[in-house]
Amino acid sequence: MSTKMQALSLFDGAILGRAAGDAVRKLDPRQLARNPVIFVTEIVSLVVTILFVRDLVTGSDVAFFTGQIAAWLWFTVLFANFAEAVAEGRGKAQADTLRRMRSDTMAKRLVDPHTRQYQSVNALDLRIGDVVLVEAGDLIPSDGEVIEGIASINESAITGESAPVIRESGGDRSAVTGGTTVLSDWVKVKITAAPGSTFLDRMIALVEGAERKKTPNEIALSILLSGLTLIFLIVCVTLWCLAGYSGTTLTVTVLIALLVCLIPTTIGGLLSAIGIAGMDRLIRFNVVATSGRAVEAAGDVDTLLLDKTGTITFGNRMASELIPVPGITERQLAETALFASLADETPEGRSIVAYARSKYGLSEQNQTSEGMSFVPFSAHTRMSGVDLGRRTIRKGAVDAILRFAGVAMNGAPAPFRQAVDRIARTGGTPLAVAEDGKLLGLVHLKDTVKPDIRDRFAALRAMGIKTVMVTGDNPVTAAAIASEAGVDDFIAEATPEDKLAYIRKEQQGGRLIAMCGDGTNDAPALAQADVGVAMQTGTQAAREAGNMVDLDSNPTKLIEIVEIGKQLLMTRGSLTTFSIANDVAKYFAIIPALFIVTYPELGALNIMKLASPQSAILSAVIFNALIIIALIPLALKGVAYRPIGAAALLRRNILVYGVGGIIVPFIGIKALDIVVSALHLA
Amino acid sequence: MSIAGWLQIILVLALVVVAAVPLGGYIVRVLAGEHNLLSPVLAPVERGFYRAAGVDERKEHGWLAYTMAMLIFSLFHLLVLYAMQRLQNYLPLDPKGFDPVAPDLAFNTSMSFVTNTNWQNYAGETTLTHFVQMLGLTVHNFLSPAVGLAMAVALARAFIRSEARTIGNFWVDMTRATLYVMLPLAVIVAVALVVLGVPQTLLGSVEATTLEGAKQVISLGPIASQEAIKELGTNGGGFLNANSAHPFENPNAWSNMLEIWALLVIPVATIFAFGRMVGDARQGLSLLWTMAIVLIVGIVAIYAAESYGNPILTALGVDPSLGNFEGKEVRFGQAMTALFATATTGTSTGAVNAMHDSLTPLGGLVPMFNMLLGCITPGGVGSGLYGIIVVALLSVFVAGLMVGRTPEYLGKKIEAREMKFVMFALLIYAVNVLGFAAASAIAPFVVGDSGYLGNKGPHGLSEIIYAFASTNGNNGSAFAGLNGNNLWFNTTLAFAMFLGRFGYVVPVLALAGSLAAKKKVAPSAGTFPTTGPHFVGLLLGVIIILYLLQYFPALALGPVVEHFLMLNGKSF
Repeated sequence: MSTKMQALSLFDGAILGRAAGDAVRKLDPRQLARNPVIFVTEIVSLVVTILFVRDLVTGSDVAFFTGQIAAWLWFTVLFANFAEAVAEGRGKAQADTLRRMRSDTMAKRLVDPHTRQYQSVNALDLRIGDVVLVEAGDLIPSDGEVIEGIASINESAITGESAPVIRESGGDRSAVTGGTTVLSDWVKVKITAAPGSTFLDRMIALVEGAERKKTPNEIALSILLSGLTLIFLIVCVTLWCLAGYSGTTLTVTVLIALLVCLIPTTIGGLLSAIGIAGMDRLIRFNVVATSGRAVEAAGDVDTLLLDKTGTITFGNRMASELIPVPGITERQLAETALFASLADETPEGRSIVAYARSKYGLSEQNQTSEGMSFVPFSAHTRMSGVDLGRRTIRKGAVDAILRFAGVAMNGAPAPFRQAVDRIARTGGTPLAVAEDGKLLGLVHLKDTVKPDIRDRFAALRAMGIKTVMVTGDNPVTAAAIASEAGVDDFIAEATPEDKLAYIRKEQQGGRLIAMCGDGTNDAPALAQADVGVAMQTGTQAAREAGNMVDLDSNPTKLIEIVEIGKQLLMTRGSLTTFSIANDVAKYFAIIPALFIVTYPELGALNIMKLASPQSAILSAVIFNALIIIALIPLALKGVAYRPIGAAALLRRNILVYGVGGIIVPFIGIKALDIVVSALHLA
Repeated sequence: MSIAGWLQIILVLALVVVAAVPLGGYIVRVLAGEHNLLSPVLAPVERGFYRAAGVDERKEHGWLAYTMAMLIFSLFHLLVLYAMQRLQNYLPLDPKGFDPVAPDLAFNTSMSFVTNTNWQNYAGETTLTHFVQMLGLTVHNFLSPAVGLAMAVALARAFIRSEARTIGNFWVDMTRATLYVMLPLAVIVAVALVVLGVPQTLLGSVEATTLEGAKQVISLGPIASQEAIKELGTNGGGFLNANSAHPFENPNAWSNMLEIWALLVIPVATIFAFGRMVGDARQGLSLLWTMAIVLIVGIVAIYAAESYGNPILTALGVDPSLGNFEGKEVRFGQAMTALFATATTGTSTGAVNAMHDSLTPLGGLVPMFNMLLGCITPGGVGSGLYGIIVVALLSVFVAGLMVGRTPEYLGKKIEAREMKFVMFALLIYAVNVLGFAAASAIAPFVVGDSGYLGNKGPHGLSEIIYAFASTNGNNGSAFAGLNGNNLWFNTTLAFAMFLGRFGYVVPVLALAGSLAAKKKVAPSAGTFPTTGPHFVGLLLGVIIILYLLQYFPALALGPVVEHFLMLNGKSF
């Protein structure tokens, strides 16, 4: 599915076609009432349309003008609907794909969970607590927990990852998802989701936007926009009176044109599209959020709790240093260690080969020769190596190699003993190397910090986000890795209770926390955190407790999730600012046009030198409609996120969207006026 | 414009800031109930009040109880003040033997003083007895700013508390503001004014025989005491009808500078107090800079427009070198008139040392714009602070999202509930000003030939807009060409004052309650910065775009078109 998601481009032809149809369907006032700004626009469009009909019937000479205003007002509403429909379009296409997977499956419901005797029932009839048997080749009928057995399962339907995963009873790998397929073996699954509320159902509802509720920030923004709409309504109604005093009778058509230009139709029309597109970005990123609220909270996060292994470090111990005993060169040690590891397929072994080759320029070919016989690692000897003719080379645990070399620990050279101590203290693993009973030196294996992670943490810090590493290591080791990775804080020897306590403490201090987790014992912390990202491979308990599920089970994504949340809020703010700033130019277009007959002196305010009052008003209305269309790509893609700190970001966005929002309509309206007057439209 | 003029302006503004910094600290201590300079003298008095009224000074209230106390207090005084005027002929200190005040005028005047507006449809010296002036009006000159200060401090508390249910005790805040802030300052300024030559007597008037042998009645009274609190409390209601243009209220250049200083000092000090309360002086400074920039641009605009003069008069042979001097006092000059007019409308004072109606169109636009903002640059006592905070919340909400976080101001998240109250407060202003102005503009009995306007054409509209901007902003100054003492304006202006004050502060106090109940969010590098030049620029942008644009069409038909007509040599 994820490949399909990626394939759907922003402006897929089919989606656009469907959106155009939806835009018309969305004219239904019951649906539009959710969006006060556009609802008001629709009502006044209707009024102008009636006036147009009246003008036609009476043969008024302004009929052509009224008709054009009416048409562009309808376009304003349609463009706003279209924006929302385009944003929804991609989700709808994805939902269709998902729905095909939810075909009626037959389930093997066990009569008695302790036997394997079953009756076939429709998957939709399964209730929570039922136990079903799923065998190789079967679709898992609903979400549940493995209570017996072990099986390899293809979860590509949900995650897009084709490599099978193992699910077994007990432990943290017991959750299975409806719609995935058992490839081998069998499992007994206890159903944990009622029909219609499975993970797949929730996902369909989510991508489709069926359950879309306004998020807290959207509600607050809607209140601002509704308030502004009311204020400008008052402005326009009272203007009729003030104009009357001044001896000008304003027509309803021009007052409505002024109203629609002033009320924030741009952001009003794009608001829901921005929200849908934000959720959609997460989904394309293979993260499923249970609510839009969670995505917003992600933008507000102050502290990230990150597991060390897999997020900050690769999670494998890798060779990082060679320490020869006195009398041996590093190169000699490297050669020997390379020999010892040639056949070693463990990550550690491969890392030694890679390290020796890159650091000392040794190549595999000229080292390999006939007569080599490899000695694999065994738990008994705790070493591995190679016999090369008469040479016996071994590498392994320090005490095992010392025994092999026939040296007592306190008989080993002092620099060797110090190095062993140092490596152990910093959380690494010392691996000793010996040849023919002679101790050669040490390989320092350590968990390596990912190369780009330090920069990412620095970027997060610039945005005011604190990173906290969570690890089971001892405090000394944790401190070493923490300083290497550049995290702000760490929790060493962490238990799930420590995590929970840390989250509570941070929240008490007024900070929002995000974390990810997969185990059942992570569930309380996931639930407590403001943004809890559960891994798809995790337990059912963890997935229920979090408010997002990462289908790729990649804990590093927490960082991107925060960025997506921020981007969503930034896009809303920028377009709101732009929309409101636009009003300045519209006033300068319309006000002189309204009163030029009574007060020719007000022509001084016509700084754009628009051709005629009618073309000025028409150009402003056209600009107001077209700007919605022009901004749809920005609304859907989101404003570019740059981790440069709030002050710099504010400076930049005020310049682009605030100052830009004042200037752009001056240019746009003037250009439209040239076109309108050239075509003799007004 | 002259260098001497600018030096005077800079001197007064500098003296305001110098005094406002320590005064701000003093206000913080006083309203927190801490020991202060005057505690040894006033603390027993304060405790006496609480005992007499049965107020437990340690008990705080939630926003609703606070609001109810404020409303009950104000409405009670509204009734008392109304009764006093209606019964003034039965009350003492009536040396001139005045009749009772007419019902609609008494209603308007009561509302005017309870709301800190001091719109005067009456002429003090020919309508009101000393008793009403002193025990009615002057008392409210103390109480109404104290109420404003109390509400501002209640809102400021909301930002420093976390998950709190209470915002203070209205009775305690109001008592402390009156006793420790208003009274002592008023005494000092009143004495200074007496020294500068302002009369202070209980005599009604003296008769004089002029050089031509005509009899002239010269009104006197306890002017200095009224004058001091008139300015300090941003009240503006003069003892005499000509207000601070009258030589008894404002005899010379020094008294003029003192009065401007007095009307600015408490509002500015309140902003410093806010910075101290929230523990970051820069937060107060960014608000103050915003106010100062609007104020200074206003001064420049008036000073320039008035110095330029009226080309129509120049064409008739009037010497343009002094600028437009109609309605101005020669002893103050253009610079001090420009400063006074801007300061009196930037605060909610409304005292005048020149007739605003006679300003040039652009000169008159400045006071009008100041008042359309709701008098927040730097605002009335207390009302300036809560007014600018509403602007700040709006700005933070609109632009705050641009840094990618839920908008927050001083650690408090701005969410749906807060936006509801902010928008409600804004809507009150728009309905109030534009609604009443529009109704007046089409009422034939207002705009007809025998109507209430002193002028026709755009200037008549300016008079109407000015009146409602002034009453809505609780300012009280007027384009005096408008005849306000009639049933229509007495009533509508009274309602405009009521809504402009209480319709605005009820959502503001609700806002305080909602903010106080929120958890205080810790600041970080990702927090929207609410200090520094960018925030000031943002506030100015919001003031211009969101406030000015509401009134742009109205202003275009009033002062703006009047200006262009004047340039083209047209009058009406």
